[in-house]
Amino acid sequence: MADLMLAPLTPLGHALPEQRNIGPVTLTEVIDSALGSLTARAGRLAELAERAAAAGLPLPAPGQSAEAAPYGAFWLAPESWMVEAPFASHEDIRAHLVAIFGDAASITEQTDAWVRFDVTGADLPRLFERLSNVDLARAPDHAATRTVIDHIGCYLVKRGPTRISLFGPRSSAPSLWHALETAARAAF
Amino acid sequence: MTQENRISGGQIDRARTLRFSFDGHQYEGHPGDTLASALLANGVRLMGRSFKYHRPRGVISAGSEEPNALVELRAGARREPNTRATVVELFDGLSAESQNRWPTLAFDAMAINDRLSPFFAAGFYYKTFMWPRAFWEKLYEPIIRRAAGLGSLSKLDDPDDYDKGFLHCDLLIIGAGPAGLMAALTAGRAGARVILADEDFRMGGRLNAETYEVDGRSGADWALKALAELRSLPSVRLMPRTTILGAMDHGIYTALERVSDHLPAPLPGKPRQILWRIYSRRAILAGGATERPIAFENNDRPGILLAGSLRAYANRWGAAVGKRAAVFTNNDDGLRTAADLAAKGIETRVIDARKGEEVIDTSGRLGLKSVTIRTPNGTETFRCDALGVSGGWNPNVNITSHHRSRPVWDEAICAFVPGADGPPGLSSAGAAAGRLSTHGALESGAAEAEAALADLGLAAPARDLPVAEDAPIAITPKWYVSAGKGRAWIDQQNDVTVKDVKLAHQENYVSVEHLKRYTTLGMATDQGKTGNVLGLAVMAELTGRSIPQTGTTIYRPPYTPVAMGALAGRSRGQEFKPTRLTPSHKWATEQGAVFVEVGQWLRAQWLPRTGETHWRESVDREVLATRKSVGICDVTTLGKIDIQGTDAGAFLNKVYANTFSTLAVGKCRYGLMLREDGMVFDDGTTARLGDHEYVMTTTTANAVGVFRHLEFVRQCLCPDMDVQLISTTEAWAQYSVAGPNARKLLQKLVDQDISDAALPYMGCAEITLGGLRARIFRISFSGELAYEIAVPTRYGDALIRALVAAGEEFDAVVYGTEALGVMRVEKGHVAGNELNGQSSALNMGLGKMVSQKKDSIGMVLSQREGMTTANGYRLVGIKPVNPAEKLTAGSHFLEKGAAEVAANDLGWITSTVHSPHLGHAIALGYLKGGDSRKGQRLRAANLLAKTEVEVEIVSPHFFDPEGERLRG
Amino acid sequence: MIINHPILGPRDAQEFVYLGDAALIARPDGLAPGAQEAFHDYLYLRDNPAGLHRELWYHEQGDRSWLVVTRNTLTHEITQVELARDVARSLGRSK
Repeated sequence: MADLMLAPLTPLGHALPEQRNIGPVTLTEVIDSALGSLTARAGRLAELAERAAAAGLPLPAPGQSAEAAPYGAFWLAPESWMVEAPFASHEDIRAHLVAIFGDAASITEQTDAWVRFDVTGADLPRLFERLSNVDLARAPDHAATRTVIDHIGCYLVKRGPTRISLFGPRSSAPSLWHALETAARAAF
Repeated sequence: MTQENRISGGQIDRARTLRFSFDGHQYEGHPGDTLASALLANGVRLMGRSFKYHRPRGVISAGSEEPNALVELRAGARREPNTRATVVELFDGLSAESQNRWPTLAFDAMAINDRLSPFFAAGFYYKTFMWPRAFWEKLYEPIIRRAAGLGSLSKLDDPDDYDKGFLHCDLLIIGAGPAGLMAALTAGRAGARVILADEDFRMGGRLNAETYEVDGRSGADWALKALAELRSLPSVRLMPRTTILGAMDHGIYTALERVSDHLPAPLPGKPRQILWRIYSRRAILAGGATERPIAFENNDRPGILLAGSLRAYANRWGAAVGKRAAVFTNNDDGLRTAADLAAKGIETRVIDARKGEEVIDTSGRLGLKSVTIRTPNGTETFRCDALGVSGGWNPNVNITSHHRSRPVWDEAICAFVPGADGPPGLSSAGAAAGRLSTHGALESGAAEAEAALADLGLAAPARDLPVAEDAPIAITPKWYVSAGKGRAWIDQQNDVTVKDVKLAHQENYVSVEHLKRYTTLGMATDQGKTGNVLGLAVMAELTGRSIPQTGTTIYRPPYTPVAMGALAGRSRGQEFKPTRLTPSHKWATEQGAVFVEVGQWLRAQWLPRTGETHWRESVDREVLATRKSVGICDVTTLGKIDIQGTDAGAFLNKVYANTFSTLAVGKCRYGLMLREDGMVFDDGTTARLGDHEYVMTTTTANAVGVFRHLEFVRQCLCPDMDVQLISTTEAWAQYSVAGPNARKLLQKLVDQDISDAALPYMGCAEITLGGLRARIFRISFSGELAYEIAVPTRYGDALIRALVAAGEEFDAVVYGTEALGVMRVEKGHVAGNELNGQSSALNMGLGKMVSQKKDSIGMVLSQREGMTTANGYRLVGIKPVNPAEKLTAGSHFLEKGAAEVAANDLGWITSTVHSPHLGHAIALGYLKGGDSRKGQRLRAANLLAKTEVEVEIVSPHFFDPEGERLRG
Repeated sequence: MIINHPILGPRDAQEFVYLGDAALIARPDGLAPGAQEAFHDYLYLRDNPAGLHRELWYHEQGDRSWLVVTRNTLTHEITQVELARDVARSLGRSK
């Protein structure tokens, strides 16, 4: 049916993303990233690294994230990364990554598996000490780790001292947002 | 008269007055007061009634060890029983009530127990068990239940919030007295990341309660100066009002911070308390010491306090317990109390046990009036309204015992000190380590911090120790006074007396663990902080053994009582666990759907239409409309796992009982997954999307467990297989479209041809919907011609609306999990009730699916003895002989005439539904030898529901047994 | 407890799921003669040592690595942590 047009909803269930200021922090629902998981096929890590280097796609070390426009990536598991790219240009991110890596990697679209909330502001450790066991104050910039927030498994990427990106399961977006709001009101 | 016993000095803010009430009487106090200090300043000595005998009791301590002064704090939903008045920070408007008394604190009818005390002596509770059973049920239990407990619960929901949190440090210092402050200064100056936690709202520990000098200024002033320096160090975090509850493994400590308890109510959005999990590399216990009493006759009258507490009230809070005082001591520390009281103008008599002087009795029913003193020169009565007692100080070793380390006896101070085998990384300093002088505390605080810094690889700063007193305690043991026949109290909270310990000894309960349980010594809210050592010292004397030979009980977390709400944190009510919402949730909510929790997911259970008043009406309609035309169901919750790699097929052969490597690209297959013990673990459909790419579906409930299992096989069993896994459950919104008109409906939306030729039964394809990438799978759970269609989740809401709109011309319905359940039972498909963890493929009628040609998980043990018996359980269909009768899941099958005993049990009904298609109840179940019982009539008896139905055993395939519809 | 993950460093044991004895890695060949007996022993016979125990932990809220953790069951002291995949390979497991 050629005239079918499906309109997307944000993870929080609205047409437009949410933003909320609480004390010194701002919570933002971010919908302009495409995500794809990238995992080396057995024995082909070196080839994967070569192809990534040629394409300018970063493959950060365990516990790290890195950015090199248009791509960013954070470490997921041994020989496995989550690749980020602008949604507008990389909506079908899998096709882009397959073009780079061919059959040297297993690639899976993950864009809509996750909700991304960016948390910005001063004194983020004071907020996150009520949420996660990550030692945010001592974590270096670009640290990336999986962590549990209010029983929800998330990836936490420290973009810098005043910006954190949280990736949580999309179906739990309202619960995760609520946890962030509640903790922010309690902490500040 | 207000604050009749308020004397000069103290760390209270006299410029401000706080009003509070106790048992309805109005009083005044000041910021800095505790409820106990303010009551004492107002001349109130009687604060509670004891647990068993309802004896009138007053405060005996000035800290968290308090056994007596337990009150109900606040009112309404915030009423909290068993709150220690000694640690309640006074606030304006505070209201408290005494407890365990009726009708009033001064006249308590239950005090009759005191007269009956011979019947309630140690072991009373256990002895009741030995008497005739009828006595227990009819006599003792009702009496004990009525009498038991101290305070009463509000029985209302706790209106407050509690947070949990996580902190990290190099060095955790527990206690901010002289040792803790010195340790924090030493480590903080070295740049270590320090957390200094203290249960008190004012840091400084005993420095706030004493009059001697530190570095030429008052101890309290020195503490303020030290705290100011610590506040200036960015790596130091001061946590007053924070109790370290316990030592977990590997440097993890739990702590409770009372954020709002000093306020009438928490501020908006703020928690009442926070339960912290502290990760430390090293820790120092500087938790001080607790004074212990000497037991003598009637030593429990209001006005009799521990000597150190008596002077703490005078020095820190400017509160005198009475106008005339006495001190009974066996050590020099007691003399300090006498000197400090005298300096405040209170006449004080010293009774020094080391000189052969002792208190043999007291008078004053609701408050001390006099003490009877026996000296080498004779017996005399001294009129006084306050008595301080010092039997020595017990280091607060509790936390060092949390990993079962036993404290060791230190003869020099006559007390237990921490054992050498405490929690790794934890050392002790100050009074907690038995260093009772101020100098000893400061010196050991510095020394332990230096040792910790060495462990942390940090350089210690030059030692800068303030000058302080270093007097020995000069103690001579004195545990109890042998005098007349009256009772001498050891554990005031549990009303344990010297006589009770003697009775335990006489009845051969001589081990400390038996002593504790027989007499209840050391139980309840104070955990024996004041009475334990005294009790076992008495037992040691009775058995003629030394105290080290007698031993001591040890301690468990928590150090002090914790509100249940703090342990729950935010996980309460609607927020007990996070919620997962399906892509159609918003639309379903608009339709008034009734939701059901499936794990964390909320799924539409049925979607009532206007006029439907009973759930069965909605469900029957959904089922009939689907079978007649077309129905739509959100199946996003099924687990979806992307499996790629050149060995993906071989991997699936390993984890599934049936074969997948032969599946053609573009095809789906039902897979049966076993546990290694041969029982069915999970099932679902797996599609082959490419040569080296599959997508597996799991049941909703097992998605996480299956993923974990697959990773186990991949990493632990087949480490060289080229296979990669990732969950895609959340990435795709997936809907089942089922029914004779399913294809017609979908063809309106799908850009490609999905005719039977283009997409045959069990086919799958990557397609587009108006140009949008999508996936389609021709699979069926309902038994109808059916498809599952998936789009990126963000389009899921739009797709359900598009499907409903496109379905209008077919009278399409959206159906919920209940209709799904009806249709799967009609088709004889197993689900959660049949996948119960103790059923094999053979039990389910799927035995032939277990390939014997390859080595899959569970294959070998699925064939083991006992699993393959011909008379084993088999999945059968069940219908009532009388179609009007209902069936109950859980009913057991019995032959006609067989007794309802386990030996005659033939199996049970697992799932039952009303089939609107057949017009009567149908069920699935497991029946012994079920394959050969088709057509038989049995009884289905439910002894719990007291129902019994005559049933006929039939094929589990009630509907379209040949499967013609789904291939249509 | 803290488990010192070979790749990620110290992590709270709360992030892990416990399975049990690391002997589960040594799965017998299901097609070999005597498989019934071998699987019986593999699945049901376990040592229960008061002391060092090699056991499987899964970093479910982490990088999904299966680990072999050597833990003293009396003290909870952890003396060694290995990637289960490396252990499996060292035992000769492959595909």
